Amino acid sequence: MFYREAGDFKTSYTDDNQTFPIAFDRYRYYIVLVIGLGIIPFIINDYWANSILLPFLIYAIAAIGLNILTGYCGQVSLGTGGFMAVGAFTSYKLMTAFPWMDMVTITLLSGFMTAMVGVAFGLPSLRIKGFYLAVATLAAQFFLVWLFNKVPWFFNYSASGQISAPERTLFGLAITGPNAEAPVKYLFCFAFVFVLAWIARNLTRGSIGRQWMAIRDMDIAAEIIGVNPLKAKLTAFAVSSFYVGVAGALLFTVYLGAVEVGASYGIQRSFLILFMIIIGGLGSIFGSFAGAAFMVILPVALRNFFAGTLGWDPALATHFEFVIVGALIMFFLIVEPHGLARLWALAKEKLRLWPFPH
Amino acid sequence: MPDQLIFAMEVTLNGLLNGVMYALVALGFVLIFKASGIFNYAQGVMALFAAMTLVGIQQGRVPFGHLINEIFGTDIHYFGWEVPALAAILLTVLVMMGFAVLVQKFVFRHLVGQEPIILFMATIGLAYFLEGVSDLMWGSEIRNMDVGLPQGINDAIDAATFEIFGYGFFIDNLDISAAIIAAILVGGLIAFAQYTKQGRAMRAVADDHQAALSVGIKLNYVWVLVWSLAGIVALVAGIMWGSKSGVQFSLSLIALKALPVLMLGGFTSIPGAIVGGLIIGVGEALFEFSIGPMIGGATENWFAYVLALVFLVFRPQGLFGEKIIERV
Repeated sequence: MFYREAGDFKTSYTDDNQTFPIAFDRYRYYIVLVIGLGIIPFIINDYWANSILLPFLIYAIAAIGLNILTGYCGQVSLGTGGFMAVGAFTSYKLMTAFPWMDMVTITLLSGFMTAMVGVAFGLPSLRIKGFYLAVATLAAQFFLVWLFNKVPWFFNYSASGQISAPERTLFGLAITGPNAEAPVKYLFCFAFVFVLAWIARNLTRGSIGRQWMAIRDMDIAAEIIGVNPLKAKLTAFAVSSFYVGVAGALLFTVYLGAVEVGASYGIQRSFLILFMIIIGGLGSIFGSFAGAAFMVILPVALRNFFAGTLGWDPALATHFEFVIVGALIMFFLIVEPHGLARLWALAKEKLRLWPFPH
Repeated sequence: MPDQLIFAMEVTLNGLLNGVMYALVALGFVLIFKASGIFNYAQGVMALFAAMTLVGIQQGRVPFGHLINEIFGTDIHYFGWEVPALAAILLTVLVMMGFAVLVQKFVFRHLVGQEPIILFMATIGLAYFLEGVSDLMWGSEIRNMDVGLPQGINDAIDAATFEIFGYGFFIDNLDISAAIIAAILVGGLIAFAQYTKQGRAMRAVADDHQAALSVGIKLNYVWVLVWSLAGIVALVAGIMWGSKSGVQFSLSLIALKALPVLMLGGFTSIPGAIVGGLIIGVGEALFEFSIGPMIGGATENWFAYVLALVFLVFRPQGLFGEKIIERV
């Protein structure tokens, strides 16, 4: 009834090309922004920020990054954790070496550093395909984690091998360190998510995004119609690693504060992000958000249910989490390979016809 | 002979025996991949699950005991009997066969014809699922595995090498038995594939699904068979690794080590899996021995992957893999 193109007349090319051509979608988007910017910062507390909102926002960035590489360009990567570690350690080195530098610059520079590393590890993708490449990215994962573990320069020769974020401020408000307030951290991450998601959305529907998708659908055919595979694959690796690096930097500086590389950026992290985009939907920005939300909320909900409501041993809740996540992955791949994003699209199709389905 | 060279020889020998272990896991991968085109990431977790089940049955633990206790408020852990090793192994084989049937019925039958990468991701899901089930069934503590394999230093080799080099090599009996069992297993598998009806059906399916289907081979049956075989290989690998370093979560990580082995050997070749395993085993041992101390050690974490990566750039199908021909 209200969700349809009819009656919404576009009078300029800009209008015609906009991201959300349907008025209802547009208002929904503004409402999400108003809630995210106008309501949540005032009611947020440490529990909500640390258990759900911050991980959701940060993982959403990483999921968008991996989705660009895997969902849009079809290159499966299992090295996400390693690339996140590059972002984290770059931001750490920058924060300690240049104390005057502001956090936005540091985070962006971490992203660029990761992009360069990502391109270096993406080079073999020109010759290696499919899961051969997936295994090759494991080399990045294990090598990078080992590197940050073994070369003391990266963690400033600290005895424990851990890195911890010193306090940095932006506009006089602490963003990192123990004194940072939940709303400030939240808004800082929200700003990054907003800008990066906006860029990703527009990249993927522009010329470069179409090249990625052509490579994904069939790389030889794409080459024949004039897509340069070198350029398409390496830009996908660069952009994807940039996002993943920013996420890794934020995870360390804003969310965790102190990390040990093997525990925080190990292979489990790579799989977590991969699961997010499978469950959320490959090749969809909305899917990255949905998947990140799902994978962040699921363990919290399960723990609350098993440990809180039923009063069971928390270890059992963790085991159930494995079972449920694994079953869901298989379920989604069998029933709905396009994930939550596809369910959302189906709901919108239904909504178009509602309430008169014929 | 200079000391360094003798050490290097010992390291090489130990690396070879480690490589046998890797090859054992890689073998399970190759079996499934050949017959169904599924790259089974869950192979390592299958080894963990098989080893856990074996230990659980042997010690007479109650499956899901932890869970039952939480739900009903009881306190049961053991049935109160102990099963002899051989009977426990047979029971575990049955469990792995049941697992093969379930996996085929509920998961992979519905994914026939999907892209390989989708199948790969489904097996990652399967790995998580099985890991959770294994923890729920038998708990997540480290267990000691004892099925009566010889352990400890081999005195005969120690004495013999002392005679020759004036330095006794440290070779674990367990590694030697692993090598022997692996050889028997590979021989058995090849004989099975060559000389039995089921084995021929298996090879036919590996060669061409549709042609096999048209001469009346039941695909489902063959796939269940292959998953059962992979389950048995997983059990053997689980017993070996479990006896060596205890049955624990890190067992499932050997699956990751088997991936570069496969990339070197090619995904479709049983001899390739063996040779790849040996190359990786020796390569990482020698690299850690010679270069490791200079750059901080623990290089075996990544050496295999980087070696495979470099190797793949020059030969994308692996050592023994069939040449990849792409058609549009």
